[in-house]
Formats: sequence, structure tokens, C-alpha cells
Amino acid sequence: MLRLVPPLTLLLFLGPVVAGLAGTLLPAFGYLPALGPGIGVLAPWQALLDYPGIARSLSLTLASGILSTVLALFLAVGICAAFHETRWFVRLRGVLAPLLALPHAALAIGFAFLIAPSGWLARLISPWLTGWDRPPDIASVADPLGLSLTLALAMKETPFLLLLMIAALNQVPAAQMLRVARSLGYGPATAWLKAVLPLVYRQIRLPLYAVLAYGLSTVDMAIILAPGTPPPLAVLVLRWFNDPDLAMRFQAAAGAVLLCGLVVAAILLCRGIETGIARLGIIWAAAGGRGAGWVARILPAVLAGTIGGLALTLSILSMAVLGLWSLAGAWRYPDALPPTVTLEGWMRQADAVAMPLSTTLWLAGAATLAALLLVLGCLEQEQRRGHGLSQRGLWLLYAPLLVPQIGFLFGAQILLVRVGLDGTAIALVWSHLLFVLPYVFLALADPYRALDARYTRTAQCLGAGAFRVFWQVKLPILLRPILIAAAIGFAVSIGQYLPTLFAGAGRYATLTTEAVSLASGANRRVIGIYAFLQGALPFLGFWLALLLPAWLYRHRSGLRGVS
Amino acid sequence: MRHWLRGQARIGAVVLALAAFFSVPAQAADWQDTLKAARGQTVYWNAWAGDERINGYIQWVAEKVQAEYGVTLRHVKLSDTGEAVSRVLAEKAAGRTSDGSVDLIWLNGENFAAMKQNGLLHGPFTQALPNFALVDVMGKPTTLVDFTVPTDGLEAPWGMAQFVFMVDTARVSAPPRTIPGFIDWARANPGRFTYPAPPDFIGSTFLKQALSELAADPSVLLRAVDEASFAGVSAPLWAYLDALHPHLWRQGQGFPKTGPALRQLLDDGEVDMALSFHPGEASALIAEDRLPKTVRTFVLQGGTIGNTHFVAIPFNARAKQGAMVVANYLLSPEAQARKQDPAHWGDFTVLDLDALPAAGQQRFAAIERGIATLSDAELGTALPEPHPSWMTRIEAEWLARYNR
Repeated sequence: MLRLVPPLTLLLFLGPVVAGLAGTLLPAFGYLPALGPGIGVLAPWQALLDYPGIARSLSLTLASGILSTVLALFLAVGICAAFHETRWFVRLRGVLAPLLALPHAALAIGFAFLIAPSGWLARLISPWLTGWDRPPDIASVADPLGLSLTLALAMKETPFLLLLMIAALNQVPAAQMLRVARSLGYGPATAWLKAVLPLVYRQIRLPLYAVLAYGLSTVDMAIILAPGTPPPLAVLVLRWFNDPDLAMRFQAAAGAVLLCGLVVAAILLCRGIETGIARLGIIWAAAGGRGAGWVARILPAVLAGTIGGLALTLSILSMAVLGLWSLAGAWRYPDALPPTVTLEGWMRQADAVAMPLSTTLWLAGAATLAALLLVLGCLEQEQRRGHGLSQRGLWLLYAPLLVPQIGFLFGAQILLVRVGLDGTAIALVWSHLLFVLPYVFLALADPYRALDARYTRTAQCLGAGAFRVFWQVKLPILLRPILIAAAIGFAVSIGQYLPTLFAGAGRYATLTTEAVSLASGANRRVIGIYAFLQGALPFLGFWLALLLPAWLYRHRSGLRGVS
Repeated sequence: MRHWLRGQARIGAVVLALAAFFSVPAQAADWQDTLKAARGQTVYWNAWAGDERINGYIQWVAEKVQAEYGVTLRHVKLSDTGEAVSRVLAEKAAGRTSDGSVDLIWLNGENFAAMKQNGLLHGPFTQALPNFALVDVMGKPTTLVDFTVPTDGLEAPWGMAQFVFMVDTARVSAPPRTIPGFIDWARANPGRFTYPAPPDFIGSTFLKQALSELAADPSVLLRAVDEASFAGVSAPLWAYLDALHPHLWRQGQGFPKTGPALRQLLDDGEVDMALSFHPGEASALIAEDRLPKTVRTFVLQGGTIGNTHFVAIPFNARAKQGAMVVANYLLSPEAQARKQDPAHWGDFTVLDLDALPAAGQQRFAAIERGIATLSDAELGTALPEPHPSWMTRIEAEWLARYNR
């Protein structure tokens, strides 16, 4: 039975992605039997290239995707290098997990409320400081260069990379290498960059590519923060897929394939730059500069501290302004705070919120549960057979995170319509599982593998069968990491936008789909309510994941410490 | 010229109304069958959901039809009606001729034209709705002619829209009253006016409004676009926009994405004017403290575009009877009056108020018109919508010119 779990997982997982990609690739070359006779093989591409503004859309896509990834990586590396020796670095993990859980859409909406010309930041300093007695005509949101989108993406991805780096630090002999480097006289930051980063980077390469792919293909954040004339490619493709003129689907498919191509090209480019930097890095390391001087010691800390602190502050303010708007009465520029605060919005929306809230909860619950079962099955089978997931296996697991969602969801939707599953709960849960499963696996694999094998052996010596060992020994000991993995899966599911839209046939509204569709201009108080709830649920999940084991094991101190 | 346009539309409507009147006798027995079949059905109503007040109204309708007819109504929330049209079209292409996923759809104009043209609609069904007899098809000819396309009973009218401008009178004392006037105003007040980027329907309507005022012969707009003459007819519009854009919000380099987004800019003080398709919307928003109390509405000297919005049933709908029951309820004086009330929505009724029974008339008489809503006389007679092909063509041309 258990033997079937890994192949079953892969089938559930990759089959539809491959089928979906095929379903996108064929129409991109003029073949879509449902629409009658196909058109010329290159006609969709001609239409795509002729689309007005396509060049600007592409440069916007590339600039925001690549720049945000670079920013996030620099910031994450900078924070690790500058602060790995400080006491609170260990505790950083606790702060980062909830930040990671913050859904993309909620952050984007809050960030837009924050930085708009009439946004909270401008209100806080106007008119007494700026002299703006009415909002300035500055493009600070949806700016033509996509800078607001780039910043928000970088803010969102930095905690993710940082968390993975911290996790990776436990898998490499970082402490020993640092001790040696430090004893040779290297400054803390230089020692970390020269000795530890090359090891850590290898571990975070795949997640970094996933970040890059996300940045290039994000739809929900782009709808909120990117300019609209023209928008980034992923938004254009979605618009074409929804066009009443079905012939546009060919062009949309071509656009989706182009987006996949862009992601592949960007990853290859990234790979090339890595090699270049590695060469330079060797020269830099071999030159032997100790970086123990005053500047090399202080500068990284100041830079990483300032920028990191700023990003953290902006993220927190983005959430705060959502909460504030949900409670505000009339709140107009330039009032720094709402003159009246009321619960009326929450009371009036209570009925309307109930349905998407419950859909969000059962969907996230089901997808997380399914992911947990599959991942635990895979990990248990792996331990019994005694060999772990290969590098290639890891790539497969990451596939749904590396392929732009819009690249295969359209094809997958055709598949779902064909088998009559579109708009069903099963299809919806599956579409979320695709994105939940990799994260749950990543979160759980290390603690599961790190569990001391002697527990198992001892239990077996006492006569316990394999299942009983799993059920009565491993699960209780691993309860905390399992719950944290579940909380991460839960958060990932809550944040999904496109999969809900495509697999749900529009019938299932979640907090995320509601928030994104309202964000186009509805009542700020209502947007605030949806986005705040959307952001608060994952926090709740993490909180439960931390509290539950502490309460369950309140009399068993030995089980509380395992993480 | 404009009177001639109106006259044409009205004569067409009368002919259609008469044809409809003579062709179908009211059949109460059939309606009883429909009610019986509808009980227990679930109706998936695909409707634009960018305004939570409209969503709230739809929610209220859902409670009503559940209680009175046993029909479960689910609002499938769209950010663009095209999504639903495209879904039905895709289902037809995939051969799904029954059990479709869309039961009722809120639409008009190009989406109706596209569905009608592709044979995606169920019906004619409007004559079977008892409440359809209450519709003011004579006084409101657009209830039978949707953007110059005859409805042929394939969509039931739901509400009346007329294009109005909102202005914050605290900052603007004399708003422009003609389309060319906006250029002078924007030049004097740089960055304080803008319109949503097409294909948002408010933005597209602004373009159509401008074209119908600027075109040398607006009557050509009532016929399908003739590719040969499109460049010539539309040339004044592009010259106008080229002159206007540099003085707009963000120098015309960026546009708000939707009508509600523009309205939010007005509330935020980033612009001084906004556009709306509901004459009562400004009053409703002021009452909710979502626009400054100093906002008022106005129309242009030559009149503004008006139209009707409808609900239709796709050919492959699963719950056709349930959808008809909902469409009929939407036309009831109770539902129409609540919709017209700015406290709930502020969308004007399609019914003939003079012909309503006394109780129905009282419902409407009790509605407060609202502080910023123009009187019927001030609104004037609405200008007809151009043929839908103009909207498609103008949107494409706008993209080609300004989307780069």
C-alpha cells in the first residue's frame, strides 16, 4: 500500500501539469479542435507580436520579476551575513514564519493603500511637512516602470528566502566553517559570505528559481499594483483567456507559452550569472581579504538592518492599514487617522463574508490534509526503503512552482471540462494541492529525516510493528513540525488566486478571489475587511500550530522541545 | 440631428413592442408550470461584482426568491462579464449543450450582441414573464433595443442607466458642459480629470459619448462599423484625445482601471470629477460617507448616452425555469423599487410607473431621490448607444494608440 504513495503522489501531481501544458501548447500553435478548424501554426504568434504595447508589457514583466528576485536575494543574504552572530538571529524564524504566511494579495492591497499619493504615508506627513494640501499627481502606485510591484514582490519574497536559508544553515557544517574562518581573522560578514554562502546557496537554488518564476508570472499582485496600459504579460494573458471572442484564446495560449519561455530563459540567465559570480567569488576568496576592518564590519549590518527593517516596517504597516480601513468611518486625505472608528462595516459584511470564509477554510483544510497524508506517506516509505529523494525528484516536486500558473491552468481547465470535473470541489482541492504539497514537503522533510532512528529501533525491539511505530512514536514526537508544515500549507492554500478561478469555474469565492476582485475599486472598508481576514487566517494557523503541542504536551517537557 | 436619432430608436422600439404584443398571449398556466419546475433549482447567476452594494442587492434578491419560490440563487462574482460569455462559448465549443455552468447572466451591449450572434441564448422568454407587462417599453425604448440590437425577447430588462458626471463642487464651481469644454478645463486644472482605461465600460462609454458629440454625422454610429470609413469618422475623437491627454491625471500616461477606481480617486481628492452610469449613485455614496457631501452630478448640454441593462439565460443553462423566476422577480415593483432606492443601489427602474397598481406606485413615491441626483427634466432624454461594433472597434483603436 505504502509503496504506491510516492508514484501516486507524482501522478496526481505531475499528470495534470503535463496535460495542462500540452493543452496550452497546442492552441499556441493554432490547434484547438473544440473551436472548429485550427488556424495557421504561426498565426497566434503573429497576433501576439502585433498586440499594441506588447514590448512594454514584456519589459515590465522582466524588469519587475528579475529585479524583485535580486532585491530579495540580496536582502536575505545581507541579513544572514550581517546578523548570523547576534542572539536574536535564532528568534528571527518566529517572526518570519507569519510574514511568509501573509498572502500576496493582502500585502499588495495594503501596500497600495500605504503608498498611493493619497495613501496613509502621504497622509501622515501632509500637509504640515510636504505642503500638499491635496494629493500630489505622482504615480506611486501602478507606476509605468512597475517599481511599486517590484518592491512589494521583494518584500514578500525576502522572508521566504531568509527562512529557507536559515533551514539550509542546519544542513551544512556552517558553524564549524565559521569558527575556522573567524579564527583565521575574517570579519563576521566576510566569513559568512566566503565560507558559508557557497554551501547555502546550493540549498536555496530551487526556491530562488521558484521566486523568480513567481515574480515573472504573478497575476493577483500585478492586477493590484502594476500599471494597466499595458499590464505585465501574465495579466494580459488572463484577459485574453477571458475575452468573449474565443479566437483570442490562440493568442492567449501563445502568450502563456511565451511566459513559460521567459521563465526558462530567466532561470538559465540566473544559472549563467551564478557561474560568473562563483568565478569572481573564488578570486575574491583567494585574495584573502579578511574584511575585519571597521567598515566591513559595520557597513553590512547598517545596510541590511536599515533595508530589512524598512521592509519589515512596510509589511507590518500594510497589514495595519488594512485593519484600520476596515474600521474607518469617513477617512479622507489628509487626515492621518480616521476621525471616526466604527464596527458597522464588519457587521454589515458579516453575512457576505461568511460564505467565502467557510469556502476558504474547508478548501485550505482539505488541501492541507491531503498534502500531509501524501507527504507523510512518501517520507515514511522513503525511510523504510532507506534512500531519499534525488535531486531530480526535488525538481519534479518543484515543477508546479517553477511553471507559470497561467501556463498550465488553462490547459488543465480544458481537461477538467472534458472529464466533467470543472467547478467541482474535487477539482478545486486538487488545484490547491499542487501548490500546497511542495511547501508541506519542504517544511516536513528535514525534521522527519532528522528524527533519531534509535526511537524507531527501540520501539521495534519492544515488539511494535512498523505502523505502530509510525502512529505511536514518530507522529507524537513530530507533532510540532507536522503542525507547522500544516500551517504553511494552510497559508499557501489561502493565498491561491488563479487556481481557484480556473478550477472552480468561478463558482467558489474565497477570501482571496473576493479581495482581488473588490480591490479594483470597491469600498475601501470592505476591501479592508476581506484582505485583513485573508491575512489574519494564516497567522491564526501558525499560532495554533505553536500553541497546540505546547498545550497537549504541557506535562511532557521532553516532547515540547522537538522542532 | 439628435432628435432624429432618438426618433429612429423610438419608432423601432414601438414596432418591436407591437410585434411582441400580438405574438404571445399571456399564459398563466404555463407560468404555474415554470414556478413548479423552478422550485428546488439552484440558479448560478453570473454578474459583475465590482461594487459591494450591488452584491448586497443581489444577496437580498437571493433571500427573497428562496423564501417565495424555493429557488436557491448563487451569485457567481465576475470582474468582467466577458468571463461568463467566454465560459458559455467554451462549453458550446466543447459540445456541452445541456447542464451548462451558467444559468443567468447580467449583460448588455457587446456581450449580448456576441451571445445572440453565436446562438448562445435561451428564448425568447421575456413574454412568458408575468412582470414583463409592467415594463415601460414605449417610454423606455432601450428596454427592447440593446445598443441598436433588437433584444427579440432573449434578455429581460433589469435597470436603466444614464451617463452622468460627478463633480466635487467644493473644488470646482463651473464644470465643463460640452465634450470640447473638457480640454479647456483640463488645461486650466492639470491632473484633475481622467477616465477609466477601456475596455472598462465606463471608460468606453466616455469615448462613445465624446465620439457622438464630435462626429460630423452621428447617425452612422447607429449602424455597424464600416471599416472603410472608420478612420474618417473616428478621426475627431483621436485628435480630441491627443489634445486632452497631456492635461489629465498622471499626464495621461496612466489611467484608473475601473469606474469604481475613478470614484475612489474622487473621494481621495486625487481628481475633481468622476463618471457614473447610475444617476443616483453619487447620492447613495454621499449617504454612505464614501464621497464628500459637496459632490453633485451633471450631464452635458447635448445630452448623455443612456442604455438598459438586462439579464439573459444561456442556451445550455441547467436551471432555466429557476432563472426565469429570478428574472421575473427582478421586474417586480418590490425588487425594482428597492433597486432604485439610493440607500440600496440607486439604479433607475425599467417599469412604467403610471401603469403600476397603487401599492407599487407608493413604493416608488416613497424613495428619496437624493441630494446629488438630477431630476428627470435635468437628465433629459438619453442619447442612443452606438452599434456594439463601434465599442469593439474604438477599444481596439484606443489600445493601439495609447497602450504603449
